[in-house]
Amino acid sequence: MDLILNANEADMNFKKSGKYLITKKIDSFFLHLYAAFQFILRFFKEVFRPPFEFKEIIRQCYEVGYKSLALITLTGFVTGLVFTKQSRPSLSEFGASSWLPSLVAIAIIRALAPLVTALIAAGKVGSNIGAELGSMKVSEQIDAMEVSAVNPFKFLVVSRVVATTLMIPMLMCYTGAVAMLGAYINVHQNEATSFISFFQQAFDKISFLDIFSSLIKSIVYGFTIGIVGCYKGYNATNGTEGVGKAANASVVVSMFLVFVEEILIVQITNSIR
Amino acid sequence: MENKPHDINKKEVVISIRDLHKSFGDNHVLQGINLDVYKRENVVVLGRSGTGKSVLIKIICGLLKPDSGTVTVLGKEVDRLNESELRELRLKVGFSFQNSALYDSMSVRENLAFPLVRNSRNMSQQEVTKAIESVLANVGLPQTIDQMPSELSGGQRKRIGIARTLILNPEIMLYDEPTAGLDPITSIEINNLINLVREKFHTTSIIITHDLTCAKNTGDRIAMLLDGKFLKQGTFEELFDTEDERIQNFYNYNFINQK
Repeated sequence: MDLILNANEADMNFKKSGKYLITKKIDSFFLHLYAAFQFILRFFKEVFRPPFEFKEIIRQCYEVGYKSLALITLTGFVTGLVFTKQSRPSLSEFGASSWLPSLVAIAIIRALAPLVTALIAAGKVGSNIGAELGSMKVSEQIDAMEVSAVNPFKFLVVSRVVATTLMIPMLMCYTGAVAMLGAYINVHQNEATSFISFFQQAFDKISFLDIFSSLIKSIVYGFTIGIVGCYKGYNATNGTEGVGKAANASVVVSMFLVFVEEILIVQITNSIR
Repeated sequence: MENKPHDINKKEVVISIRDLHKSFGDNHVLQGINLDVYKRENVVVLGRSGTGKSVLIKIICGLLKPDSGTVTVLGKEVDRLNESELRELRLKVGFSFQNSALYDSMSVRENLAFPLVRNSRNMSQQEVTKAIESVLANVGLPQTIDQMPSELSGGQRKRIGIARTLILNPEIMLYDEPTAGLDPITSIEINNLINLVREKFHTTSIIITHDLTCAKNTGDRIAMLLDGKFLKQGTFEELFDTEDERIQNFYNYNFINQK
């Protein structure tokens, strides 16, 4: 297989020949980009090819989903509560505090829930994947899988990326629900609005497209966080230092990509709306 | 356990290496390696750290690609195999890593079951357990079956690492520094285990080491790797019966550390 899956090897080949097409940095950037593209391509090749690692996928879903619940609950609840509290004075100035439920619902469902979930997951899950695969790489555990005729890509990468792609949308729905609950508590305290009327007002302004685009967004974010963590971990080098770098790069790169994707998807959704 | 003459089949070459070159950046580690390993032979590759010993066995099992030259294992040229052919070959080649490379997140039982269940998918749970117990008994650690790798000593980790490769019944064993970082008594136990593996599993082995006791105890033939080439090959006595200062120095520093 002549795919360049390891950008470090490609770098070394360039170093050996001593020739660069443009400059060392630009060449290296495109080589890494190409290697990342090959990595994604390999994921799509392997994900539909049996044998499937169902048990490992379920274990990863548990790790990604269930183990993030506590953090997500706290973050979602505080986001809903604080956002409502901070928005009230501005709306009250125009005598429009009755619009709070719909304003909060739009903000949470369209933007906050997917983004907050993705950022929390990038920090918690992305770094975990980068560090775990990185340490497996530098301690030769990935090589050990390979020489025992097991496909490490399928077992380690495919299972993790499938798990993040499935679980982050679910976590996003949960974050949205908890954030709305936080918002309701604040509104109920101040305006004594009932549970039913709060949610009636809230969902009045929410369309199918809002929910659908948020779901699509979080699927994309989930895939990004999983694939970036796996790519960085799988290509870790230089011992423990490399593991730290892989974990750090997993968070930084996936957060960066999440924001870029947010901008793109919002533009597309707005053009449809 | 002193090494005994074994029924080495000198007519059947299991691993054949011709004019092998490999470099990393400017570092030309292997500069034209030639080696034939016969069936049921234990060949020790001796050399200082960083001379490309581990690179050599990683090329043999297809983990690294050579820059030039050919490596033929069980009649197949490793470099030219496709993914499924390489997987097929790897079932017959066991690799014991320097740091054992046990899967940290799995117990000993899961470590051993991992390659087995994925390569023989029609095995029942009982058959898998039986195979694990049998291979653990062979390496003398049946009591560790439910322990985690972090609970094992260095010597135990090495044994479990070897057991994990033996569970697939390999024809060839590649040992990467099997005694590195172990105390002398544990090292001797590992050397004995390497000989025992050959007796019981009828394997052909390449043992990478810089430990002369290991080389003497396990090797039928020893090849001295220096500056990217094999300087000399032969039995332990033949190898060190030389005027070559580089080989003599290796012996002196390694064995008695004086002179």
